[in-house]
Amino acid sequence: MSNKFYHIDFSHHQAAHCENGVTSNLLKHYNIHLSEPMVFGIGSGLFFSYMPFMKLNDLPVISFRPWPGQIFNRITRRLGIKIERFKFSDQDESMEALDKNLKQGIPTGCLVGVYHLTYFPPAYRFHFNAHNIVVVGRENGEYLVSDPIMPGIERLSHHDLQKVRFAKGTYPPRGRMYYIKETSSSFDMKHAIVKGIHHTCKDMLTIPIPLFGVKGIRYLAKQMRKWPQRLGDKKAALYMGQVVRMLEEIGTGGAGFRFIYAAFLQEAAKELDQPWLNDMSKEMTEAGDRWREFALIAGRIFKNRAGQEDSYIAASDLLYDIADREERIFRRLRQIKLT
Amino acid sequence: MEGRFEDVCYALDENGNYVAVLSKGWSPKNEAMLQAWDLIREKVDKIRQDVLSGKISPIAYYMEKNIMDIKLLADYVELPKRKVRKHLNPEKFAQLEDEILQRYAETFEISLEELKNYRDTLTRS
Repeated sequence: MSNKFYHIDFSHHQAAHCENGVTSNLLKHYNIHLSEPMVFGIGSGLFFSYMPFMKLNDLPVISFRPWPGQIFNRITRRLGIKIERFKFSDQDESMEALDKNLKQGIPTGCLVGVYHLTYFPPAYRFHFNAHNIVVVGRENGEYLVSDPIMPGIERLSHHDLQKVRFAKGTYPPRGRMYYIKETSSSFDMKHAIVKGIHHTCKDMLTIPIPLFGVKGIRYLAKQMRKWPQRLGDKKAALYMGQVVRMLEEIGTGGAGFRFIYAAFLQEAAKELDQPWLNDMSKEMTEAGDRWREFALIAGRIFKNRAGQEDSYIAASDLLYDIADREERIFRRLRQIKLT
Repeated sequence: MEGRFEDVCYALDENGNYVAVLSKGWSPKNEAMLQAWDLIREKVDKIRQDVLSGKISPIAYYMEKNIMDIKLLADYVELPKRKVRKHLNPEKFAQLEDEILQRYAETFEISLEELKNYRDTLTRS
């Protein structure tokens, strides 16, 4: 086993968010050079969902991104790139499939759990199963891994890679892997940008279930007011901590991706030659600042665990304000057209 | 914080253009992480004492230490939840066969001996 030696010449770049990073690094490998915000925008990576009935480490799931794999799927579709995706029930089979790819020189994206990622900073190792890495080689029985969160190429043993690819718990990765099969030389970048924006507007405004998009933010705001009475001070403080962790955890680039999206709008303004998008970018930055303000209030609440009903109300009010701001932004962005 | 490293963030430069910068995190985020770990440590320590006084089996200790719940642990060791729950009982744990203990040891990434001689590890930590 250890005599296998494959090494793909892969240029690794650190990114704010793992799936953007993986996608952007994979595209670069095939000579499509897009910034992380561009990948995020075209791939419609901005989202909000609050699913109190789903639990992660005993706390409700709050997410600022769509399901893992969506950004990669959407951007490749919009740029006319052919991809392959697999998931496996047999663990050995999944490792053989990966080896086969590496042998052919194909850098391969894998969905993994972070708990057993040996090179990860210990403080970040929770049972979180939606992390993305690119495997770019194999050497002395170890795999070479491009993880966008890390500054350089990391190594994982066969045993450890298999373990993280088959992590258990909420949303198990089941050995999911994906890679680029064929790129097209001509794609319509402008069209792709507009498509990406439309999709995000739809996600944030029109899903008819109140758990998603701006409605989801309002739902969280409404529930949050009742947390101290319903859950008790200690549990309520933990819920608050959970919101902040999801908002600020590595991979969100701060404030739940709002700043990355603002950076995207700025780039889109240039690319499409539509200066009004710069104003939208500014408003998105303001929404991001509001999320940060929310994180500060939330931080104060969970630091001194004593009951502070006023602060929960203040945090909730801030969320209502954010929901209004984001609704305004996406209602205007929805009007975007190619000029 | 242990193992701190820098992550990429997007921020405005003095001309109002977005640029990627490296950040060491900021206080609400770091505090939220510390809160989570403090809570885990608190729980682990309490269970450690319960194990040493014979109230509960070492499976409970290692489960908590690995931030698992019954469901997640049952998934990893490929046993039904009710069996895992049973194994939290010190008497039932003492009767376990090596094959089953091995599964737990692998999941917790410790040796079979370590799991069997848990008293040594737990008194030391």
